[in-house]
Amino acid sequence: MNNEGVIYRISGPVVTATGMNAAMYDVVRVGHEGLMGEVIELHGEKAVIQVYEDTSGIRPGEPVLNTQETLSVSLGPGLLTQIYDGIQRPLPTLEEEMGVFITRGVDADAFDLEKIWTFEPQVAVGDEVVAGQVIGHVQETETIVHKIMVPPSVSGVVKSIESGDFNVTQTICVLDNGTEMQMMQKWPVRTPRPFQQKYAPETPLITGMRILDFLFPLAKGGAAGIPGPFGSGKTVTQQSLAKYSDAQLVVYIGCGERGNEMTEVLDEFPHLIDPNTGKPLMERTVMIANTSNMPVAAREASVYTGITIAEYFRDMGYDVALMADSTSRWAEAMREISSRLEEMPGEEGYPAYLSSRIAEFYERAGRVETLNGDDGSVTVIGAVSPPGGDISEPVSQGTLRIVKVFWGLDAGLARQRHFPAINWLNSYSLYPQSLDQWFRDNISQDFPEVRTQISGLLQIESELQEIVQLVGSDALPTDQQLTLEVARMIREYFLQQNGFHDVDAYCDIHLQYQMAKAILSFQDAAKSAMAGGAVLNDVVNVPARSDLMRGRFEKGYIDIIADMVKKMTDEIAETVEEN
Amino acid sequence: MTGKEYRTITDVKGPLVFLNKTEPVAFGEIVTLRLSNGTIKNGQVLDTSDDLVIVQVFEGTAKIDRESGVTFMGDVFKLPVSTDLVGRILDGAGRPRDGGPEIVADEKADIIGAAINPYSRQSPNDFIQTGVSAIDLCTSLVRGQKLPIFSASGLPHNDIALQIARQAKLKDSDEEFIVVFCAMGITAEEYNFFRSDLERTGALENAVLFVNLADDPAVERIITPRLALTAAEYLAFEKDYHVLVIYTDMTNYCDALRQIGAAREEVPGRRGYPGYMYTDLAMLYERAGIIKNKKGSITQFPILTMPGDDITHPIPDLSGYITEGQIVISRELHQQGIYPPINVLPSLSRLMGSCIGEKTTREDHKSVSDQMYAAYAQGRELRGLVAIVGEDALNERDKQLLDFSGVFEDKFLRQTRDEDRSIEETLDLCWTLMSAIDTKYLVRLDQKWIDKYHPDNRA
Ligand SMILES: Nc1ncnc2c1ncn2[C@@H]1O[C@H](COP(=O)(O)OP(=O)(O)O)[C@@H](O)[C@H]1O
Ligand SMILES: [Mg+2]
Repeated sequence: MNNEGVIYRISGPVVTATGMNAAMYDVVRVGHEGLMGEVIELHGEKAVIQVYEDTSGIRPGEPVLNTQETLSVSLGPGLLTQIYDGIQRPLPTLEEEMGVFITRGVDADAFDLEKIWTFEPQVAVGDEVVAGQVIGHVQETETIVHKIMVPPSVSGVVKSIESGDFNVTQTICVLDNGTEMQMMQKWPVRTPRPFQQKYAPETPLITGMRILDFLFPLAKGGAAGIPGPFGSGKTVTQQSLAKYSDAQLVVYIGCGERGNEMTEVLDEFPHLIDPNTGKPLMERTVMIANTSNMPVAAREASVYTGITIAEYFRDMGYDVALMADSTSRWAEAMREISSRLEEMPGEEGYPAYLSSRIAEFYERAGRVETLNGDDGSVTVIGAVSPPGGDISEPVSQGTLRIVKVFWGLDAGLARQRHFPAINWLNSYSLYPQSLDQWFRDNISQDFPEVRTQISGLLQIESELQEIVQLVGSDALPTDQQLTLEVARMIREYFLQQNGFHDVDAYCDIHLQYQMAKAILSFQDAAKSAMAGGAVLNDVVNVPARSDLMRGRFEKGYIDIIADMVKKMTDEIAETVEEN
Repeated sequence: MTGKEYRTITDVKGPLVFLNKTEPVAFGEIVTLRLSNGTIKNGQVLDTSDDLVIVQVFEGTAKIDRESGVTFMGDVFKLPVSTDLVGRILDGAGRPRDGGPEIVADEKADIIGAAINPYSRQSPNDFIQTGVSAIDLCTSLVRGQKLPIFSASGLPHNDIALQIARQAKLKDSDEEFIVVFCAMGITAEEYNFFRSDLERTGALENAVLFVNLADDPAVERIITPRLALTAAEYLAFEKDYHVLVIYTDMTNYCDALRQIGAAREEVPGRRGYPGYMYTDLAMLYERAGIIKNKKGSITQFPILTMPGDDITHPIPDLSGYITEGQIVISRELHQQGIYPPINVLPSLSRLMGSCIGEKTTREDHKSVSDQMYAAYAQGRELRGLVAIVGEDALNERDKQLLDFSGVFEDKFLRQTRDEDRSIEETLDLCWTLMSAIDTKYLVRLDQKWIDKYHPDNRA
């Protein structure tokens, strides 16, 4: 037995080889064209391989070469602003090598190995360094300092360290035990990168979307699922998160979805400014695009490629957010491979290990103490595409069992053009308890109470709506009619947020709080005016209220909202005298 | 290169033939089968190993026996392409069906089609005016988009598709589309309807037809759309044409997929369709688009009939997850005698945002579209309420909206099969119809457009 075998069978993306020494997850080269594949099953002397490129035209008898490496990503300066396929080949390089259509048999370095970076050492000769320790800095983009770390499992005393301009394969540090370090390292994608310990999350990931931050907040280091039928807003939500959330780095995985959506991100991001830093968004972003028509095996790998890159930046002490659109396509890739392996299927044809794979993936989210003692996080937000929008299916259920935040998209709301079409009655976040202290300290002491009032009103509205359906709203007592008006204001003024609006697409968290308070001020003013004899219709129609509501579409709203609220409550008070 | 003929068939099952002990056969290789009565059939390799080869036979396996000879053709399925394709009618396997000569190939193109590198795509943003008000206003079509028609049996989706094919043009431009038409399992009557319409309008000269009819081999339908798209890609990306691909009926295509899956004893997904149907459909739909630095484009209009009018059925469901929106045809509107019976409420064009507005259609397009949609949606909802509480219980606003929903269907949706409305005509019509509603209820219209376009202010 040796490293070379021959193809015995080809069935779509699954190839069986014989006569080759192989271990699980070894990377192999298949056929005369050397297509990249990975060993996923061993049967006696047969190795079953999933191939990351199209297999048509390949024949039994062609050679298979085992590289003896495991499927790994390259990590180092040059990752940011890249767009990769599922196995970390840069799409621009593929275009150069293959033209505009993705053919096969081309290898590509994950980033430019020749590019020169300025390395600033952070340790000196004689220092003892341990796994994960930062030995130097590279200013990779305007916003991000790329920290060069000792690879996990390496340690020793610095014998020599360089300073100045190097490419990623040149040795920049040597340890006394002879270990040579370069700026680039590799890590196997299916193995989580190590850390010291996981902490409970206590800081929210601020997204600028009111319904998310205010009602269903996600923690930095947390995990969220966004299930929804087609056209309900999964992709727009994910893209908004990539644009506006206050993560320091974003890994965006387009997994088995549309080509044009990735093109859109590529067109848009270089021109967009990160509202948190004022710098171009692209500079904090790494993209992975393995669209629906690209090979399924590479789609299966794409989420691992993405999360490994995210963990690597986490290890530098950054807060990283990862979006995967859509995890259902990843699950389907597993199902397709599994069925070619003739594995015993579980529910709906998915392999029996589906839910454990989903759990393992989301478990790679977290806020950790890194090997070097720093604090970093990976937040994971996965879109789920349930068939027919019915979330009783295995991928949705497997996701909901593990994530703590559920942002449920609703086809009915999308059809009413209520965006984001997140259903406020069935969505949830299990984080508020651990995040409330942060909101009290940083936004306002009564933030959690305001949230409770707002969500309480929405709850009451849904109960009242049932009655309205039967008798019409005029039959309700006026105080309940007012509640309906307040709830309507919450929906139309607060929850609705057009993801494409120049100003309102992103809402500062302080402004969110003030807008919520403005609604409560309306409620209080209306109540007392009506107690003094004012008519609901007059109260609702004071001009200052619609000015207040429209104000959110203008820049500088935060500076004038307090005055606008005052004007509204004054006008409402005046409606008493009119009667 | 053609190899020797094998007589090693062991099993025949559904559309599949199993044979053993061959020279190495390539995955996806094309196969010819010679039956003892002399008939020739074609197929493709689905699974290959040293011991066993599985072939899917396009024409069905009737009369195949263990004596039938099998020859492997040494290559995967390729379509001879050249501009000679334009004006031709081919069968579902790419052979002339119009009595004309074989296509003289400029080149032979692999019909599976490689994925367009997402980095090499260009975002579509040129508005196509279809002349159909419901589409132009609410689900604007963009050149390079894939926008399916979700219909059901007995509804006039073919008329709509043909009307779009006839009328589609870029605003202020006379660049024409080449139509690539792909029939999968439709009836001869439906096909004749398409063909004679294309003939009548002279479009046939600028079209390529790939035709697999209801009585043609079912499994052949797996390759028919691939041939059509391969021709489309050649014309668009090698010869700079703007190509409009109409394929119908995707439901028949998916049923052929299901048939093969069942014969292979694969674990079925929902409703018996294979688990890989999403990927398979994506390999067709994603062949729409525009490529940087290339002049041509592919716009796709797949038509599918929803079994049982059910939009959650796997065929519309998986399609909707891949395509860039959908145009939904409504049985209810059809029964009310409205043509085109497009239900704008569940319809969507995901690319609309990038193609409408001052520079391309008109400055008030978005505002008018939002308002028309919202007013109609509210009016439709009120119909349900009125059925319970009666019209008298409605307030003034609701009465106006209720009336408007009827007008929307009767005056806005309804148009004749050869009525080609410009986008300006469509927008002006909207303003006229909306003027029946008090402006204070038209909250989605920007004041500046009311000042400029409302009939009260225009006189
Ligand atoms: N937050 C939003 N703001 C405005 N429009 C939205 C928003 N979310 C979704 N939409 C609209 O809905 C359409 C479908 O959204 P998308 O995110 O692509 O859905 P999905 O990914 O769930 O299929 C978009 O093209 C857009 O028109
Ligand atoms: Mg999407």
